[in-house]
Amino acid sequence: MKLRTITLAAAALALVAGFAAPAPEARAATPKNILVIADKIDDIVSLDPAEIFEFSGGELARNVYDHLVELDPRNLGPLVPGIAESWSLADDGVTYTFKIRKGLKFHSGNPITAKDAEFSLRRAIVLNKTPSFILKQFGFTPDNIGETIKAVDDYTLVIKTDKPYAPSFFYNCLTATIGGIVDMKLAMEHEKDGDMGHEWLKTHSAGSGAYKVKSWKPNESYVLEAVPGYWRGDAKLKRVIVRHIQEPATQRLLLEKGDVDIARKLTPDDIAAIAKKPGIKVESDLKGRIMYIALNQKHPILKNPKVAKAMKYLIDYDGMANSFLRGQFAVHQAFLPLTYLGELKDNPYKLDIEKARALLKEAGYGDGFNIKIYVRNDQQRLEMAQSLQNTFAKVGIKAELVVGTGKQILTEYRARKHEIYLGAWGPDYPDPHTNADTFASNPDNRDEAKLTGKLAWRNAWDIPELTRKTEAAVIEKDTAKRAEMYREIQREVQKDSPFAIMFQATIQTAMKDNVKDFITGGAISDVYYWTTSK
Amino acid sequence: MNGIARPGSGAANEGGRGRALPLWKKAKPTVKLLASLAATFLGLLLVTFFIGRVIPIDPVLAVVGERASPEVYEAAVRQLGLDKPLIVQFALYIKSVLQGDLGTSLLTANPVLEDIKRVVPATLELSTVATVIGVVLGIPMGVVAAVHAGRWPDHIVRLIGLFGYSMPVFWLGLMGLLVFYGKLDWVAGPGRLDIFYEDIVDPVTGVILIDALIAGDTEVFFNALSHIILPASVLGYYSMAYISRMTRSFMLEQLSQEYVTTARVKGLSEGRVIWRHALGNVMVPLITVVALSYANLLEGSVLTETVFAWPGLGFYITNALMSADMAAVLGGTIVVGAVFVGLNLFSDFLYRIVDPRAK
Repeated sequence: MKLRTITLAAAALALVAGFAAPAPEARAATPKNILVIADKIDDIVSLDPAEIFEFSGGELARNVYDHLVELDPRNLGPLVPGIAESWSLADDGVTYTFKIRKGLKFHSGNPITAKDAEFSLRRAIVLNKTPSFILKQFGFTPDNIGETIKAVDDYTLVIKTDKPYAPSFFYNCLTATIGGIVDMKLAMEHEKDGDMGHEWLKTHSAGSGAYKVKSWKPNESYVLEAVPGYWRGDAKLKRVIVRHIQEPATQRLLLEKGDVDIARKLTPDDIAAIAKKPGIKVESDLKGRIMYIALNQKHPILKNPKVAKAMKYLIDYDGMANSFLRGQFAVHQAFLPLTYLGELKDNPYKLDIEKARALLKEAGYGDGFNIKIYVRNDQQRLEMAQSLQNTFAKVGIKAELVVGTGKQILTEYRARKHEIYLGAWGPDYPDPHTNADTFASNPDNRDEAKLTGKLAWRNAWDIPELTRKTEAAVIEKDTAKRAEMYREIQREVQKDSPFAIMFQATIQTAMKDNVKDFITGGAISDVYYWTTSK
Repeated sequence: MNGIARPGSGAANEGGRGRALPLWKKAKPTVKLLASLAATFLGLLLVTFFIGRVIPIDPVLAVVGERASPEVYEAAVRQLGLDKPLIVQFALYIKSVLQGDLGTSLLTANPVLEDIKRVVPATLELSTVATVIGVVLGIPMGVVAAVHAGRWPDHIVRLIGLFGYSMPVFWLGLMGLLVFYGKLDWVAGPGRLDIFYEDIVDPVTGVILIDALIAGDTEVFFNALSHIILPASVLGYYSMAYISRMTRSFMLEQLSQEYVTTARVKGLSEGRVIWRHALGNVMVPLITVVALSYANLLEGSVLTETVFAWPGLGFYITNALMSADMAAVLGGTIVVGAVFVGLNLFSDFLYRIVDPRAK
């Protein structure tokens, strides 16, 4: 009898302790003027625009810092005025003059002047962080910036490049994150050991954009707060909260419950399931990442142009895009991502076993051959490699997969030791030169040249003619003509090259259906919060 | 005579020694303890440091990225001090630790000490609530199982425990979220607070439940409670399974002892025999069990922290390890080491209170 009492007491205790959660409050949706986003933001290592080279950091900076010239989020492509209301290039082809808009203020209340722009660009060169190459390619060095980047008065900035480049190339590079204009006075107030405020700006903001950084907790969240009186018009949402939610399933649950407005890192399965739920919509956008295979031209078989051509007919582009890559990649066969200046929409290749067989026969490999495909140990890439194995096998090509960590495979690739490489390439800045320079330029094909940054070199593809064309395109002043030059280069790469470009990445964003104008920036830009309303 | 002087000097000598000796005797265990602590930490850091330096992840790449130019890369190597010999790097590190500087995390750009101040309270809060749940449920369940050994209450307890042992914590967490948050709406979702309650209460201890009480803000307190209850229950389930198994076996041993029979013969009520006498005697080993499971929760809750977006120590260290952020890893190691040492000392202290013989 006593024992029963004890058992009952224990059971009661268990119940009380286990379910003593407070009475459920009716949790309403997120407030009307606050946007809450579930994302993965653990790649952020710095908030300083001179250092940011990661996706999440770039997205934050895009909403906090203004640039001299910018992209219009609603019509990505043509340049629009930023804090420079007008700009021009002198007849010498190297002297750019930017007129700064008057009456603009930083978040601190300090007025924006040409001095701030001068400071920001010089600072990027002096600090010499990873993305600094985007500006350094115009010949700026710590020694010459006193002359080459100069505010001649409070509202005029003059920049001189080392030689004439295509103006669109220069302007496009200024729209990259590193071109963000920093509040000189505020940054220098926090200078330490001549670091131009770098330590402080790693965790704080000093910009003039629609939002300022209210807080950043690494691996946890960041909060942006709208600054009233933004020159493009006040942001519609007072506050944007981005939470780091590692687990896609958790992101999905938060969205379904209405605790977040947007979930940005869902798996295709989650997307498929959630798209049907009432009150939730899914939007797709292009991104800049390209998936391709590359054939090492040092390989005796792969260097045969007919073999290379046959390979391009041995890829099941649609089959992959419509099955395991659905929603994440779209078929795209030119090296510039769609929406870039000079984009090429032609997709001339599709899986054609007979054509490939004929080409191989002409090349003298009618019975196929053995080959190795180098691929990183990543589910999606392995699936692509397996699809290649299948289609290659149909013409007798036996492909063996060499699987390793990203680092291992990349080391082989950079040392030109691969046979076929399957991988991705993402543009570094929003100008066609970023990809043309790597896919269609190889000024020195010798091993000693070690041009490891160029994919053409990595594959030992010796192309003096195409290299000249790429160099011509980057200095072409007429933008329309320049775009046409890139299309021409891409057609050539499509026709005869060791590259079979297969896909361009897309992203899918799931959100509450009351969220409007959440722009993820396409292939050339980042997310814009200030256009968003709900 | 000499005899006068001798005892005098002797007394002086003895007096001198007499004052010195007890002092040394008193201090000796403390000094010994401190020395062994120092050795423990030094060893811990040494091993972690060298493992960190030989793993095939390049910490410089984590900072500058794959596309950095060689000069940018070299500059970062120098800035991080990685161009110096390993042993020098280690000596420099120890020197700055002794000055209270744990370095700067590569990943968060914050001083490691600041990061740790932020993540440790989150983990402490979660593990403590989880352990309370584990103890409050686990001990009575163990006792009931022992008393009814071999009969249905025992089987039920075993079944519950087995389930706790065998379910992956990751899955259990997701299912918990799906049911109690997604469907039933009994608890709040992932994170430590609803976003709108964040930054309302001033951080004093960093433990939100306590900070909210200090500030007297019951609304924040209940919000934090509704967030913590689910992850803590998931973690607590595991420690409950462990604690109940251990309690059961300790109790079985006690219940077969003669003093129990004697107590029963003397006519003590069954409840008094079990809960006072038998359970009282298993308290000492149980404290060790609880302390161990508490320590395990502190470092082993990475997966729970991932599922529940709980910004704690496990998540921090794992992230740091993956990117070869050694300052952060070493800082975390010091904390985990300190927690283990601290818990050991604390359970020693508890022994003395619970078990008069240990005094």
